[in-house]
Amino acid sequence: MSLLEVKNLKVRVEDNEILHGLTLTVNPGEVHAIMGPNGSGKSTLSHVIAGKPGYEVTDGQILFRGEDLLEMEPDERAAKGVFLAFQYPVEIPGVTTWNFLHTALNAQRKARGESQLTSPEFLKKVRAVAKSLNIPQDMLKRGVNVGFSGGEKKRNEILQMALFEPAVCILDEMDSGLDIDALRIAADGVNALRSPERAMVVITHYQRLLNYIVPDFVHVMSKGRVVKSGGKDLALELEASGYTQFEDAA
Amino acid sequence: MNLVLAKNETGRALSDSFAIARDRLPGTGTVAEARSAAFEAYERVGLPHRRIEDWKYTDLRALMRELLPLAPAPDAAALTRAAAAVKLQAVKGARRLVLVDGVFAPKLSELGGLEKGLTVRSLREVLEAGDAALQTQLFTPDDTNPMVALNSAMMTDGVVIEIGNGIVLKQPLQIIHVASGPAPAAMYTRSLLRLGKDAGATLVESYIAADGAKIYQAHDSLVLAIGDNSRLDHVRLVEDGREAFNISSAVVTLGAHAHFNTFGMTSGAAVSRYQATIVFAGEHSRVETNGVNLLNGRQHADTTLLMDHAVPHCASREVFRAVADDRGHSVFQGRIIVRPDAQKTDAKMMTRALLLSDDAEADNKPELEIFADDVTCGHGATTGALDESLLFYLRARGLSEKEAQALLIQAFVGEAIESIVNDHLRELAIAAAQRWLEARA
Ligand SMILES: Nc1ncnc2c1ncn2[C@@H]1O[C@H](COP(=O)(O)OP(=O)(O)OP(=O)(O)O)[C@@H](O)[C@H]1O
Ligand SMILES: [Mg+2]
Repeated sequence: MSLLEVKNLKVRVEDNEILHGLTLTVNPGEVHAIMGPNGSGKSTLSHVIAGKPGYEVTDGQILFRGEDLLEMEPDERAAKGVFLAFQYPVEIPGVTTWNFLHTALNAQRKARGESQLTSPEFLKKVRAVAKSLNIPQDMLKRGVNVGFSGGEKKRNEILQMALFEPAVCILDEMDSGLDIDALRIAADGVNALRSPERAMVVITHYQRLLNYIVPDFVHVMSKGRVVKSGGKDLALELEASGYTQFEDAA
Repeated sequence: MNLVLAKNETGRALSDSFAIARDRLPGTGTVAEARSAAFEAYERVGLPHRRIEDWKYTDLRALMRELLPLAPAPDAAALTRAAAAVKLQAVKGARRLVLVDGVFAPKLSELGGLEKGLTVRSLREVLEAGDAALQTQLFTPDDTNPMVALNSAMMTDGVVIEIGNGIVLKQPLQIIHVASGPAPAAMYTRSLLRLGKDAGATLVESYIAADGAKIYQAHDSLVLAIGDNSRLDHVRLVEDGREAFNISSAVVTLGAHAHFNTFGMTSGAAVSRYQATIVFAGEHSRVETNGVNLLNGRQHADTTLLMDHAVPHCASREVFRAVADDRGHSVFQGRIIVRPDAQKTDAKMMTRALLLSDDAEADNKPELEIFADDVTCGHGATTGALDESLLFYLRARGLSEKEAQALLIQAFVGEAIESIVNDHLRELAIAAAQRWLEARA
């Protein structure tokens, strides 16, 4: 069974249709890259998969392991293993990263009928993950993303992904704002999570990220549709020729 | 005909109940005279209503309607029920002083092994003993406020604490007010804490209900006198039963170079009002006063503060957070007076309200009356809902709607709670907020 199936998805925001019948099938173990010009609907797709309110699905469906994802609350989706690393992570003053991660992990575990992690158990786990991603412990004590640099926010997203061990990871421009070393470390973190059971959907504007996280498939999105799909070489082609060739196709 | 007494039915019923209660109220001579005068002052207005500016948002005629009869002195069964409730709320390591249905309960209190320089007596004892100086101090509260006047007239018992010069208490003191049972009744208490010079103490006040307590009225008032160079840390937690009324007043005076850190949180009671007047009587003193209201259902909670900068070189900070869900109604009235002599006053007040439902309400009335020219004063206020994008972020990480809200509410009230200097007291406040959040989930 496919892990994630997006079928003929049409999505509206207020009165504008943004996705016009988008289809994407992701199987376990696969890495998909989605590229496409600004405003083509990449983040919209990721938000609808994660369950963000404010989008109206007018047609099509999204299945996760054959179940109707659109019927589930965002937290249910998270507990079942859907993870979105946000393009723009929010700042949450007054909630320490540490407390947030512990509460979130335990909420997911509770929903899955797993035991709750005590503070020491959680501490041990989060420390190990932070260390592997070269994230200083001090960041965990601060408010969630509060005063974090752009790159630190992105690293915090990857930290969460590594901690929650989701089944499908959607990474929305995880490379934006990361310096070269941070990019390599974050990509290593993503690669470490690659497994035959897990799938990744990597949204990016830059071929460079795909040198680190080598995709099985590359899709080009334009104006709310997937207009071309291919192997990893498609990304190189795009880098050379740009998106104009697809504008008419869309 | 006596026009004053005849003005309404409630007035008449009350005169009778004052007459009936008279025998149970401690004190004779000047005390009894002061009571009668206070009662007359109360009767001129009766229960305050919305046409009195100060009570605009908290109309007790509409909300409370009548005064309940004076609670009977607790019997053995009442004390047993109260003891069970106290056990759940007692602060670890604190010296417990318990008032059951408005009557001091020595059996439930810890009176042994008092630290040197500390004396604790019941209000009844003090009023009966005829200690003129203490009695004057006990009657300081402002009888132009009808509910304070009523309290002066009816006060049955309370705790009188004196801490001598140079004495810094290690053990916190906790006054616990417990309502013991189901019979509708009113209790009237007044407590006093007098802190000498170069002294220090920590005071916790808890208002709770025993299992089965329903409609009751807790009328309380507190007099705090903080001597020169002394410091008082104060926390009050109103966790009364959901059908209860809590009408409390406090009058605080600070000497020179004194420090008062106070925090109040109301998560219980159907209707509550906390009116505190803080007077700077000595220079170079500092007050931090912080409050949180956590309300749902049809709860109504009013915090009315008056910060009186009467002398120069003092600083005050007020941080207030209100969270209202369902049809909850939070009121904050903060008045700052800077008198002509009070140059170099530094006074700030910040209030924020978080409304969790369309029917929830928060009223905020700041008033600055500044009569000195070389001062730093300011206030700010905001009202809003929880940020949808933050809620979604948390939910996308697995938190249910209630859990996500709880985390953001904790963060919201955190700023007021953080200002509690004493670690132990801070944890106490966090735990009380936690109880409200858990009851909500
Ligand atoms: N809430 C909204 N209201 C109106 N229009 C919206 C809203 N959200 C998205 N859009 C529009 O939908 C289109 C797709 O936006 P989306 O963020 O999905 O693009 P994207 O492919 O992620 O772009 P980028 O590469 O810049 O991140 C844009 O034209 C955007 O303006
Ligand atoms: Mg985007």
